Amino acid sequence: MEKTISEKIISRHSGRDAGAGDIVVVNIDVVMAQDGTGPLAVSQIEKMEFDKIKNSSKSIFFIDHAAPSPKKELSNTHKVLREFSKKTGAAISEVGKGVCHQILIESYTCPGDIVIGADSHTCTSGALGAFATGMGSTDIAVGFVLAKTWLMVPETVKVNFNGKLNSGVYAKDLIIYLISKITSDGATYKAIEFAGEASDGFSMDDRFTISNMAVEAGAKTGIFNSDEVTRKYLKKQGRENCYREVTADGGAKYENVVDIDCCSIEPMVSRPHTVDNAVPISKLDKTKIDQVFIGTCTNGRLSDLKIAADILKGREVASSVRLIVAPASRNVFVKALDEGIIKTLVESGAAILPPGCGPCVGVHQGVLGDDEVCLSTQNRNFKGRMGNPNSFIYLSSPAAAAWSAVKGYIADPREVLSK
Amino acid sequence: MTDFSVEKKILKGKSFKFGDDISTDLIAPGRYFHLRSNMGELAKHVLEDADPEFAKKIKSGGFVVGGKNFGLGSSREHAPTIIKIAGAGAVLAKSFARIFFRNCINVGLPALICDTDKIGEGDLLEINLGEGTIKNITKNLEISFSPLPEVMVKILGDGGLAEHVRKNRGFNL
Repeated sequence: MEKTISEKIISRHSGRDAGAGDIVVVNIDVVMAQDGTGPLAVSQIEKMEFDKIKNSSKSIFFIDHAAPSPKKELSNTHKVLREFSKKTGAAISEVGKGVCHQILIESYTCPGDIVIGADSHTCTSGALGAFATGMGSTDIAVGFVLAKTWLMVPETVKVNFNGKLNSGVYAKDLIIYLISKITSDGATYKAIEFAGEASDGFSMDDRFTISNMAVEAGAKTGIFNSDEVTRKYLKKQGRENCYREVTADGGAKYENVVDIDCCSIEPMVSRPHTVDNAVPISKLDKTKIDQVFIGTCTNGRLSDLKIAADILKGREVASSVRLIVAPASRNVFVKALDEGIIKTLVESGAAILPPGCGPCVGVHQGVLGDDEVCLSTQNRNFKGRMGNPNSFIYLSSPAAAAWSAVKGYIADPREVLSK
Repeated sequence: MTDFSVEKKILKGKSFKFGDDISTDLIAPGRYFHLRSNMGELAKHVLEDADPEFAKKIKSGGFVVGGKNFGLGSSREHAPTIIKIAGAGAVLAKSFARIFFRNCINVGLPALICDTDKIGEGDLLEINLGEGTIKNITKNLEISFSPLPEVMVKILGDGGLAEHVRKNRGFNL
């Protein structure tokens, strides 16, 4: 049988000739939880009466969602993770190291892997050609102790990105456009395979942004095939030996094929309170903003910070706006320091947070006030997401976020990039 | 027909209606992140941003009835767990987000896919999990729901995934 990427990876991990609709038990390569979901996973492991984990070198707990801890209750849950890690040998990624998904792609995920994580944006690793998907704490607890999970092999939607992106238009705009087109449940239970001539030219950072948001269309995972770009990315991290070729068969069956003409896409903005409530930025009428956040597992990588810094260089953030920036990881932070990016951002008026999830989860570091409006580079804008149900979140690319921070309202980055 | 070995095969109670796209941020808001280690406390805030009085209303039982794509968003298992702890016997929706649906089964909360347009706020429902039917007593209507995949029936029958794995020392699906 000719197979999709997901069918191939799942077949290899289940020892069966698996096709869409089959239910299989698979071996997993990487399993992780974060500080919001990890403590429950730990208590479920105890409830299941297991005291060992199966594969400690690729079992990781991340302290990133509320890091450093803003409350004693959270400090105590962090202690639970540290103690469990000490007891079992599970890796722990401490305060300041970065967002779980970023650390996975920097250090753990290999092409062809199955990655499961107690965080919905685990699909980010799909950009490396892995079958990566989010689950709840109990599924992850089982993953920790058995290094296995059960899966229904998903049908696949193939998305072809054709043509070239215009100046001022980025991977973030593409994925927001796609979600607005297929809607927030357009790919529920399905895998998305990203392909097309444009996607061959995407950098790894572009691919991570796109895979990261696959779940915003309901997808189980969002996968790219591996190629030279993947190999070079792994080589840069000293992980070239884990490169594997991951591609779909020519005759693979797709549930649906969506063709996107990149040339026709404008910078996009998701409006409150769903990601698929999106419009081209030019359709918005100078929407005033109180806060801009640049960071997260979606857009907190080096190229994102550089795009923002290039726009902010020699300019000042509007006096009515707070600009908050969080590098996605310590590696990103160090490189951004080396390249002078952080200096530029700080000089323009940005407040820099430690690597981590920052205000995206609504716990700390930039909770919105009543009626306040935030433009963020994160992946989600649900009501209450940033800690206050009486606030409003718009989503955009880092370029639009940076230029809007200067203007004080949601503004089209092509105004500054075409100069 | 599918045989659920959950505690009660027939559930009876009032419907509490919600709209489309009820996210896990609405069910278990991020601002109560610090209460995740205290599920009873967190349950007092269940669905608070969609209906501030809901936690009080559901105390004496009933069903959460949503529209399409119920439970979209984060993987937080706390969302279905606190719906269950707060007193709901099941969640009914036209469709569910994938992770939320899986979490419901794992924590032993029946998640039923059915035509919720046939249910109004406050309607009295009788759900027969074994037969796969919902009787809307108020409207005198019979509504069917899609059967669960066999693996999920097994997990639900064992009282959730943790209990399934504890008993079997692995998967027995």
